[in-house]
Amino acid sequence: MSAGKFEYAPAPESRSVVDLRSSYGLFVGGEFVPTVDGRMFKTVSPATEEVLAEVTEAGAEDVDRAVRAARTAYDSVWGPMSGRDRGKFLFRIARLIQERARELAVLESLDNGKPIRESRDVDIPQVAAHFFYYAGWADKLEYAGFGADPRPVGVAGQIIPWNFPLLMLAWKIAPALACGNTVVLKPAETTPLTALLFAEICQQADLPPGVVNIVTGAGATGQALVEHEGVDKIAFTGSTEVGKAIARAVAGTPKKVTLELGGKAANVVFDDAPLDQAVEGIVNGIFFNQGHVCCAGSRLLVQENAYDEVLDRLKRRMATLRVGDPLDKNTDVGAINSAEQLRRIATLSEVGEAEGAERWSAPCELPDRGFWFAPTIFTGVTQAHRIAREEIFGPVLSILTFRTPAEAVEKANNTPYGLSAGVWTEKGSRILWMADRLRAGVVWANTFNKFDPTSPFGGYKESGHGREGGRHGLAAYLKAAGPKATDRKEAARA
Amino acid sequence: MSTTRSGERLAVRKTYKLYVGGAFPRSESGRSYVVHDAKGQFLANAALASRKDARDAVVAARKAFGGWSARTAYNRGQVLYRVAEVMEGRRAQFVDEVAAGEGLRRAEAEAAVDESIDRWVWYAGWADKVAQVLGSTNPVAGPYFDFSVPEPTGVVAVLAPQQSSLLGLVSVLAPVITTGNTCVVLASAERPLPAVTLTEVLATSDLPGGVVNLLTGTVAEVAPWLAAHSDVNALDLTGTENAELATELERAAADNLKRLVRVPDHTQDWTAAPGIDRMTAFLETKTVWHPMGI
Repeated sequence: MSAGKFEYAPAPESRSVVDLRSSYGLFVGGEFVPTVDGRMFKTVSPATEEVLAEVTEAGAEDVDRAVRAARTAYDSVWGPMSGRDRGKFLFRIARLIQERARELAVLESLDNGKPIRESRDVDIPQVAAHFFYYAGWADKLEYAGFGADPRPVGVAGQIIPWNFPLLMLAWKIAPALACGNTVVLKPAETTPLTALLFAEICQQADLPPGVVNIVTGAGATGQALVEHEGVDKIAFTGSTEVGKAIARAVAGTPKKVTLELGGKAANVVFDDAPLDQAVEGIVNGIFFNQGHVCCAGSRLLVQENAYDEVLDRLKRRMATLRVGDPLDKNTDVGAINSAEQLRRIATLSEVGEAEGAERWSAPCELPDRGFWFAPTIFTGVTQAHRIAREEIFGPVLSILTFRTPAEAVEKANNTPYGLSAGVWTEKGSRILWMADRLRAGVVWANTFNKFDPTSPFGGYKESGHGREGGRHGLAAYLKAAGPKATDRKEAARA
Repeated sequence: MSTTRSGERLAVRKTYKLYVGGAFPRSESGRSYVVHDAKGQFLANAALASRKDARDAVVAARKAFGGWSARTAYNRGQVLYRVAEVMEGRRAQFVDEVAAGEGLRRAEAEAAVDESIDRWVWYAGWADKVAQVLGSTNPVAGPYFDFSVPEPTGVVAVLAPQQSSLLGLVSVLAPVITTGNTCVVLASAERPLPAVTLTEVLATSDLPGGVVNLLTGTVAEVAPWLAAHSDVNALDLTGTENAELATELERAAADNLKRLVRVPDHTQDWTAAPGIDRMTAFLETKTVWHPMGI
């Protein structure tokens, strides 16, 4: 590659701000408690495979205890509390997150493998912003458009993934608490640490015990939470496969469900696009957070006559990406989150080659230890290829071409997913035309991977149910004041 | 040639057919079933829809989706209002059929029909207001123009209420198409006649063929195919009276993550103000970002 990498001196962020415990219990009823029936498991740094701490794998009885704590808090404290006071607790949490931002960012990068540049500049500021945004809703719910007297749903069971551990926690907990619900949250098994640090923040905020409960563990723990009868609402972010299993599990129950699932977003580049920005957008679209993003722009659709130039520029740009130590402030691309995920990415990439697509990886040296995958693109991809159809969830981009806007729409929508899409063109009327036709919950035009607490996010089709963020995000955690006199369930309870 | 002893004119009876893609086919299965009035007297033979009819109806609904959802909201409102106009002209026929099927006194049947007509008028007015009420511009912390608009979910399978044969039907059907969805509706099994007559109104109300497709038959036979169909995006379970079946349908709907309206857990009063829940149930929110700068 012509544009070689400048050698930068390492600029590692210090780990000293983080005070890791060797072992963590579950956060139930406002305290850290040992497990009743579960086991312990280890969480490692994906960049070094170093064991960071031992964490509890909550069993069914632990989950039951957490749900009961949440119910008690809902009935006795949080449900009856005024919106104003709920809001004040959430404002406190937002402030505590800002105060401890450095510590949270370092811990997030340690446990997740994402570059400190992203955890420091994107994740943690967004986490604080979400709590700040929803704090202000707590005493204004009657203005949210869900009727005069919207009520909380009750106890929410929330299950979040490992790609944005603390940000997903904020997306789930902030609106739920603002609406008057209490929660039992299960972080992903590979990234539980920042959620446990958040538990300490709840303690610092003097949040009433049981309003937030955190149970760590893997799939079985999540399943116990989904199936628990005391849970009124399930909120899940993760794979479409697990989302479907959850939808089946709650069939026939009164549980409300919202699901933020997978995606296979098309990033559409027209020949009149501002190419410098477009190439940055393509890189940001797929290599941000190692491609561990459900809305990643993993299918690049380039207009045929711009293809050569886009590809040249893209390769040149990719050659400058710095892959390595997540705690180094110069790092662009960090570690793959787990050995298992690395295997999945490697397997699908091999399938891509076997099916005839051409593979090119950015020339970079990967560290000896830890889980790494070089930023990779596939050219000569067709719509039938598995790498164009299945979510890879890693730094792997499939490139296809199109000739007309209509063909771009057709190809972009040719997927069971519908989470996000990108459009790059200087022509405003074409942007609006495309945005209108793309079947996706978020359309980024001349930008990509932007998030904000005020902006609704969520998918069409098999990318899930419901929206998170903004006024729309409140809907998941409220029920309108419905008919009361003829409500059979209420009558049965009374 | 008069055949009545009294010399009265012999009525021309109506064959009640399905409504698929703007046409009125019989069931491809060649089957029909007997529809009785509230007293158990024979009223008519209605087409007994099969799996194939359901699949044909989904194909028709999908085909119509692009065009219907792309209409201007003003135009959709006009079409819905036209439905009310045409219905008004056939008011007497609806009153007869509702009275016979539901066993209502004439005044009660008239009230139900009037409310059904007025409901179309109510939804006609919603078509060009939904986006303003539910959409937003979002004040994101950065130099971006960011707005959210509601969009139709796609093809919706609707299991219409079993008891309220016209008002209940209109109450679940109108909100689905007001916002640009297309649908396959399974009418009340025992009281399907007002539904079939409604399709004759729809066919002459400038509603494009395929936007509404109506099947007559049983929930147990038809609904599982709709719930499991990969090209159906949403399912309204309101007319499912068997809780076990409802659970099965919900489970099948999970295969492609259909949007759901569950069986209501309280007695539905279809005369009550509808609210907007049945519209929002089948709407997606699309958020568009664009940089702002010079």
